[in-house]
Amino acid sequence: MEKVKLFGTWSSPFVKRIVWALNLKNIEHEVIYEDLANKSPELLKYNPIHKKVPVLVHNEISICESLVILQYIDETWKNTCPLLPKDPLDRAKERFWARFGDEEVLPSFFGYVMKKGKDQEEAKETTLAHLKRIEQLLSEKKFLSGESFGFLDIAFGWLAEYSHPLEVVAGLKLLDEDSFPNLCAWKDRFLEIPAIKESWPDQETLIAKFQESKDGSGK
Amino acid sequence: MADEVKLYGVPGSPYVSRVTTALKLKGINYELVVEDLSNKSADLLKYNPVHKKIPVLVHNGKPISESLVIVEYIDDVWKGVPVLPQDAYEKAQARFWAKFIDDKCMPAIFKTIGSHGQEQVVAEAHEQLQFLENELNVKGKKFFGGDNINLVDIAATFIAYWLGAAEEALGIKVLSKDKFPKITEWGGNYINCQVVKEGLPPRDALVGFFKKRFGNA
Repeated sequence: MEKVKLFGTWSSPFVKRIVWALNLKNIEHEVIYEDLANKSPELLKYNPIHKKVPVLVHNEISICESLVILQYIDETWKNTCPLLPKDPLDRAKERFWARFGDEEVLPSFFGYVMKKGKDQEEAKETTLAHLKRIEQLLSEKKFLSGESFGFLDIAFGWLAEYSHPLEVVAGLKLLDEDSFPNLCAWKDRFLEIPAIKESWPDQETLIAKFQESKDGSGK
Repeated sequence: MADEVKLYGVPGSPYVSRVTTALKLKGINYELVVEDLSNKSADLLKYNPVHKKIPVLVHNGKPISESLVIVEYIDDVWKGVPVLPQDAYEKAQARFWAKFIDDKCMPAIFKTIGSHGQEQVVAEAHEQLQFLENELNVKGKKFFGGDNINLVDIAATFIAYWLGAAEEALGIKVLSKDKFPKITEWGGNYINCQVVKEGLPPRDALVGFFKKRFGNA
């Protein structure tokens, strides 16, 4: 019997990706919630280099880095709900955009919410420019992966799930329907996927969590 | 119908070298389209509008950007010598290390060059390099890929060749042999591989480049 453990926190968007993938593929797993201020010896053993979450432990072997974990899950449990496309060019495109999302879009979005004053204004422009690119990707497509959802939707799932709580905390609307009709439609579609919907955390709790981080960041 | 494979790049780029190594490993015929980075071609801007950077691989008119994404694409399309392991776990490990090199090692190493080998900066780079040294020690093989090179070796190209040239140009030492015997040995073996050797720029040109770019103001 396969033993699958996921080390994570309930609020991390990177951990969430893995929960979604495991649920989509109906993989039985145990989630071990970490206190990042007091990391368990197990987490440090399984991810000695980065000491971060998420870490997937499958039959005692560990895999780190959320996008690497997603691909591992897809390649190991191939028969249910394939995440990456078959075509190499489509795969390359999804890997490219997933990387762009993690290196550019996510940091700018979260940064924008957490910053204040002039820094926030500058971050806003960058974030809007990034969002326009993703909006473009969705023209003529239901999901980022095409007709049905896949790896790239999961990689950008944080945008669907966390945008509202982050907007509330920032007191601003970034994903408005006039500027981003495709993104907003995608967001609703994504959140309706049963495995995603059932993993949805309480929005009020997320809002409280992000408000706490913003207030605690000083300046 | 024959494949048309074009690689937009410059011969001195370690990121381009990652791609040429993968192409040569698979025996793929390609055309190198040399870019002037101070005056990028309309084609490059069309094929990589997001980052406007090299390398870009254009395969039968379709562009792929980001060196490690390109290398995986090459491995996906052309069978023959594998760049990534078959086993899902081994594959995940290779991707993890390649990402570690890109996210942690390369920025730390660039800082040592930019800072002219400032002690604290070098110490930080050593912390990252130590992980690679340990990995080679644990593996106990010639390459990160075992007996043959794989994605991780290819990702670490800069360390094998470019770093030495930068050290010589600036009179600094980052990768000392006594601290990093395994990486030093690995580097020598790596650049001796035919598929790697063919894609390397001449060393004196590289030293000249680093002197000009980072030499004393």
